[in-house]
Amino acid sequence: MSIFNLIFVEYLLKFNILEWLIFVLWQIICFVFISLLMIFAVLFLVLFERKYLAFFTRRKGPNRVGLYGCLQTVADGIKILFKENITPKNADKFIYFVAPIIVFAPILTVYSLIPFSSDINSYKSDIGILLFMAILSLPITGILFAGYSSGNKYSLIGGMRSCIQAISSEIPIFLTLAGIVILTGSMNLNEIVKAQYSFLQWNIFPAILGFIIFFICSLITLNRIPFDFPEAESELVAGYNSEYSGMKFAMFFLGEYALTFIFSTYIATLFLGGYNSPFGFYMADLFDLRLITGELIRNIEQFFWLILKTFLLILIIMWIRAAYPRFKTDKTLELCWYIFIPLAIFNLFVLCIVQYFRESL
Amino acid sequence: MMKDSNGIMTKTSEHTMQINVGPQHPSTHGVLRMLVTLSGEQIIQIEPIIGYLHRGMEKMAETRTYLQYLPIVDRVDYLSGFFCSYAYISAIENLINTDIPIKAKYIRTLTMEMNRISSHLLWLGCYLLDLGATSPLFYTFIEREKILNIFEDLTGSRMMYNYYTFGGVKRDIEKELLIRIKNFSNEFLKAVREYEDLITNNPIFITRTKDIGILSKEDATEYSITGANLRACSIPKDLRKDSPYLIYNNLEFSVPIGTISDSHSRYLMRIKEMKESNKIINQCTDWLLSNIEDNEINTKINPLTIKPNGTALGEVESTRGLLQCYIEANGREFPNRIKWRTPSFYATQAINTIAKGFMLPDLMSIFGSLDIIMPEVDR
Repeated sequence: MSIFNLIFVEYLLKFNILEWLIFVLWQIICFVFISLLMIFAVLFLVLFERKYLAFFTRRKGPNRVGLYGCLQTVADGIKILFKENITPKNADKFIYFVAPIIVFAPILTVYSLIPFSSDINSYKSDIGILLFMAILSLPITGILFAGYSSGNKYSLIGGMRSCIQAISSEIPIFLTLAGIVILTGSMNLNEIVKAQYSFLQWNIFPAILGFIIFFICSLITLNRIPFDFPEAESELVAGYNSEYSGMKFAMFFLGEYALTFIFSTYIATLFLGGYNSPFGFYMADLFDLRLITGELIRNIEQFFWLILKTFLLILIIMWIRAAYPRFKTDKTLELCWYIFIPLAIFNLFVLCIVQYFRESL
Repeated sequence: MMKDSNGIMTKTSEHTMQINVGPQHPSTHGVLRMLVTLSGEQIIQIEPIIGYLHRGMEKMAETRTYLQYLPIVDRVDYLSGFFCSYAYISAIENLINTDIPIKAKYIRTLTMEMNRISSHLLWLGCYLLDLGATSPLFYTFIEREKILNIFEDLTGSRMMYNYYTFGGVKRDIEKELLIRIKNFSNEFLKAVREYEDLITNNPIFITRTKDIGILSKEDATEYSITGANLRACSIPKDLRKDSPYLIYNNLEFSVPIGTISDSHSRYLMRIKEMKESNKIINQCTDWLLSNIEDNEINTKINPLTIKPNGTALGEVESTRGLLQCYIEANGREFPNRIKWRTPSFYATQAINTIAKGFMLPDLMSIFGSLDIIMPEVDR
């Protein structure tokens, strides 16, 4: 029994509301919830990263706007809204206008694919694992568009570099994804989570190598330090978004954080048991709560576990930012093609053997 | 078609692109402009263009008395003002044949070596910032801040000290300050170890710097590069050892020598130099603490009476290499001509030779490792 069944089918069907309408309504509610989550996640992450890096470098970070600087991002957002939107003379105007949208919209879309709890998942796709990566290849196109259309050589180099990144990181990512599909027997993200029902069943244990490869490749996809070449400020000033200002720049900036959040969620879903509790049971089961209350608390708990795992991954990503210098484009290509692809194939091989023994037992 | 620095149109091949790095660029350490010709991301040619920070240091001297010019001298290289001060003042002291008291010599050595550390610390932070790591800048500034605070209490200024004077130094150093310096130098080695833990063996740092920007022995001598950049390619030239000035004869320290001058070895040279400077600081403070009763810090010379005749050269092994100040005087209160020989100027010239053939990201790694500072180049 899920909340969806309980609340909507049990109660609202009595008032003769069509079942498909309820179904659609639930998806919309989920999507609104997830969109709100994304806005809060981004607002929080921008501030959190500044505070966290400040902690690493023995500074205080933002502490003027609101209590301990909690409203800093909001203030920055308001400021950026009132900034002038400048289009360079040499820009390819249409592509220049469209590029931030191409970057931002797909990121919002993939939020709907992730199961945040057993019920909060607005689009349960049978090929979710592939769809996620397919949609996320679009922002890279957006970055390339931005780099090309700005009419600036720095931007152009930045855009080209984002392409190189995509070329280098996607093959190892898909090879590791294949390993996950072998382990769980499904491409549906819900099924993948359900297959990792207990702590020892988490995919990270057989696929630790895959996890490491996937994590590093996701840093490349996310344009995070040490792989932030498209906007390497010491070489390319600000890279692909040099010429952008105002809200268009904000879309690139916030898109990056939204992507960091959702990608961490994705890694948690694939490798760290998704919304499953690491202890194998929920508080709701302990107190023998029934029906709506029980289901509600269980969902909240599941949501909490997923966010906690995501948060730990984000902590690591930001920690890496504080510790490492920037890598090089050509070396990244070498790293991915000469080291990660063979390792990912080896990982796939190991997982096949693991799965063979699991099934024969 | 593309323009070179003189505005002359020349033809480029189809596959090259010319970009303008600087003068307002995050990693040019001031206002250097580089016209970089790229093929893809590979550097075909670099043309460094200087002059954006030109303040007419040499011409200014001709209309000012020797005393009036003294505060300006610190600004030749604003990160290591003591060295420029010393080069100028030692030239004048050579002209008028004065010898300075031993305590003043020790104080000058002490302040100069501390200045070397503070300049290297800023370089280290900025170099890592060029390579994309943000945290080391803040770590190095913690130690640098301590040095600047000591300088502030000693000279009254944090950057433009104007502390040396003809025949000695302006103020005596107090005991509390010496103890503070002693404490600083004891803690400093720990800080350097911290930087090394974070940076030296970092695999990304090694890929970014090892075998990048190799400066051959021949090129180094041909471009008359001095300082750590020269010593990195196994040429043991250091003025402190070759012709010791001040009290470097009495001090125990070694000059670090490298084997192949790539970015990584130039980085190592500076880290080792900081440790050696720390040794010198220790010895100087020990001497000063044991001779605290000695009050003679200055041979009293009325600076207004300085009207020398003849030519003289003031030399110092500054942070970035051999810094020389050549004075031509003709018996008036103004010098006839002052010429500064600044080490960064020569390092800037070599950039095309060193960086050609490497990738664009390597340019920052190479340029940063040369420790070029623009006010010194343009004067």
